[in-house]
Amino acid sequence: MAHIDEAPRATKPGEEAVAPPQGREKKLPGRDRFTVVTMVTIPLLLVVALVWVPALLSVVLSFGKWNGFGDLDTIEWVGFQNYRDIVTIYPAFWPAIQHNLIWLAFLFFLPTLFGMFLAVLLDREMRGSRIYQTAFYMPVVLSLALIGFIWQLFYSRDQGLINDIFGSQVDWYGDPDINLWAVLVATAWRHTGYIMLIYLAGLKGVDASLREAAAVDGASEVKTFFHVIFPVMRPINMIVIVIVVIESLRAFDLVWVVNKGRNGLELIGALVAQNVVGEATRYGFGSALAVIMMLISSVFITVYLRNVFREERRG
Amino acid sequence: MSLPRSSAIPRSALTTMAASRRSVLRGLALSGLAVGSANALAACGGDSGGPATGEGATVKFGINEASGSGPAYDRLKAIADAYAEESGTEVALNAVDHNTFQESINTYLQGTPDDVFTWFAGFRMAQFAENGLITDLSDQWPIDGLNDSFKQAATAPDGKQYFVPISYYPWAVFYRKSVFEKNGWAPPETNDDLMALMDDMQGKGVTPFAFGDKDGWPAMGTFDILNMRLNGFDFHMSLMAGEEAWDGDEVKLVFDTWRQLLPYHQADPLGRTWQEAATAMGKGECGMYLLGTFVVDALGENGEDLDFFTFPQLDSSIPADSLDAPIDGFCVAAAGQNQDAGKAMAKWLGSAAAADAGNNAADAPFIAANSGASTSTYSDLQKKSAEVVGAAANIAQFMDRDTNADFANTVMIPSIQEFLKNPDDIDGVTASIQEQAASIFG
Repeated sequence: MAHIDEAPRATKPGEEAVAPPQGREKKLPGRDRFTVVTMVTIPLLLVVALVWVPALLSVVLSFGKWNGFGDLDTIEWVGFQNYRDIVTIYPAFWPAIQHNLIWLAFLFFLPTLFGMFLAVLLDREMRGSRIYQTAFYMPVVLSLALIGFIWQLFYSRDQGLINDIFGSQVDWYGDPDINLWAVLVATAWRHTGYIMLIYLAGLKGVDASLREAAAVDGASEVKTFFHVIFPVMRPINMIVIVIVVIESLRAFDLVWVVNKGRNGLELIGALVAQNVVGEATRYGFGSALAVIMMLISSVFITVYLRNVFREERRG
Repeated sequence: MSLPRSSAIPRSALTTMAASRRSVLRGLALSGLAVGSANALAACGGDSGGPATGEGATVKFGINEASGSGPAYDRLKAIADAYAEESGTEVALNAVDHNTFQESINTYLQGTPDDVFTWFAGFRMAQFAENGLITDLSDQWPIDGLNDSFKQAATAPDGKQYFVPISYYPWAVFYRKSVFEKNGWAPPETNDDLMALMDDMQGKGVTPFAFGDKDGWPAMGTFDILNMRLNGFDFHMSLMAGEEAWDGDEVKLVFDTWRQLLPYHQADPLGRTWQEAATAMGKGECGMYLLGTFVVDALGENGEDLDFFTFPQLDSSIPADSLDAPIDGFCVAAAGQNQDAGKAMAKWLGSAAAADAGNNAADAPFIAANSGASTSTYSDLQKKSAEVVGAAANIAQFMDRDTNADFANTVMIPSIQEFLKNPDDIDGVTASIQEQAASIFG
């Protein structure tokens, strides 16, 4: 960056008055150019090799039928059959799409907003805020697999804590109408702390003078937050949204621990795993599912990137 | 993936808790460890100079039980040690967690596998044989003490043997001796007996059958036995091989019979693990439980108060002489570096000496396949298991061993669960299975 900044300074004073052309049209000295090219090429190659090549290979595989035995020439090419099967005769697919969407909406409206609320509360430096902070953040340190196990102790139909205390007979993990919500509560338990911490970090970074100014102007706490703090927090808000979307798309471990993503807990990620992990596998079918998942993610990514770039241009 | 545990026989006093811990590990293994351990499996490459067997030679032995995981590991370790002592061959043991082993077996066999590894009889052995991943062991057969039914189980569709069995366990209906005694119940001989027994149990406030299918595979055992009783062993096997229609009248009859039996089963099976169901039977809340002998794991006993009977006859034209009795054993990897040592060891593993070495070393013995093996350490339950399996005319290996594993896991588990949720829509479930079967087998 320093080099680029130096470049215009080298020009004659008279030329400075003219509006400088866009950055990329400026001529860079040879050494700088080399640096820039290297710095772009190496990450680019890594991304291509580690992200795009495997992604494209998955797309290719998704048109074949292969159980993983033998060489690549044993792949039987079947065209769009995997995709057709997925949307027509694979009973788990449409529920999985629906569950991923529910997951996204739920994460966004409950734990995310609640986590932000907690962050604002804790930011007020009340007594014992450290303790609360630790307590709420604790679940984030645990892996989702472990969380699934911990909640199993609550949810087990015959031996679980909840049914024991209330004398109920609810089949929390087994009833397909309930188990998604039971799992979402377990996810929320962790997600809330995660969002809280990120948001709290953001709040700590807000310039204190803004609050003071608002207070001097006589704005209430609530007004200060919504009209001053929240807009200033825009980058953090953006990060939170991205995290929520990513978390809901890659939701997998918890349902996998509960029942391998079956019976009411179908999620796209779990379906991919069901089909490609194991001793005999449906690589083609699983890849087709993965491609569908990739397409869905790219919609979100595109929207997000467009948003970010528009921001930058405006800024 | 989820298989009837090969380590079927008592893992001492494993409680329900410990077993759920295993399912956590299974999840952990998936989210990351799986990749690492696939490498670990393949990481044992090495030299193969020197003699093939005997003094100075090394044979690599891959086993599907992690070090310290209980009697199953202890037995295999003792067997490996006994072989090393007897043959002078050094045995390099590669102990891998059970589920990780299963999930990475494909990469393992196509990478640099150990010479000999633990595996299962049935379709899962046959598909490796067909793809040239395991070595033809027909020159090692016959093996003293292994009868024809075991040889049959070790044979792939090409007529050659690729497998050496060591142990097995039957699926049957288990019950508490004390509970039956107290209520004056007796094991049913016929379908009518069974119905009368179940009605009497319900009258006394006992749920006749414990039932749990959270993991998806235990209910396959119910399907298997009903299909064998209603349509016969031959139909069952060709259905598993993908040669019969899943939406035909035979399969519908199985589901319909099952539907009528469901009211005698514990409600809400899909949220209950088999360990929890076993506990319910152990406490006397349920009268019976159809499961493999590994049911003792969850009950923390080895047959002191536990007995079993085989599922009674349902169709008078079909004798009740078939059952599920999965066989565990060994294969030699085709990509293993020391083929001769592998074959020699595999043959020895089928011997009575191998079985005895294993059983003498562990708290809980398995039921040896070899007829010459000592039964002195067996519990009564195991002695009876050996008798029942010995008397059976036909032995199936369990659905996820008898059919294409991806069909069993990705189609049959969700479909059976769908049926259990919605037992009245048999036409819908069978039609869906048939469509998917056609796509996978076709």
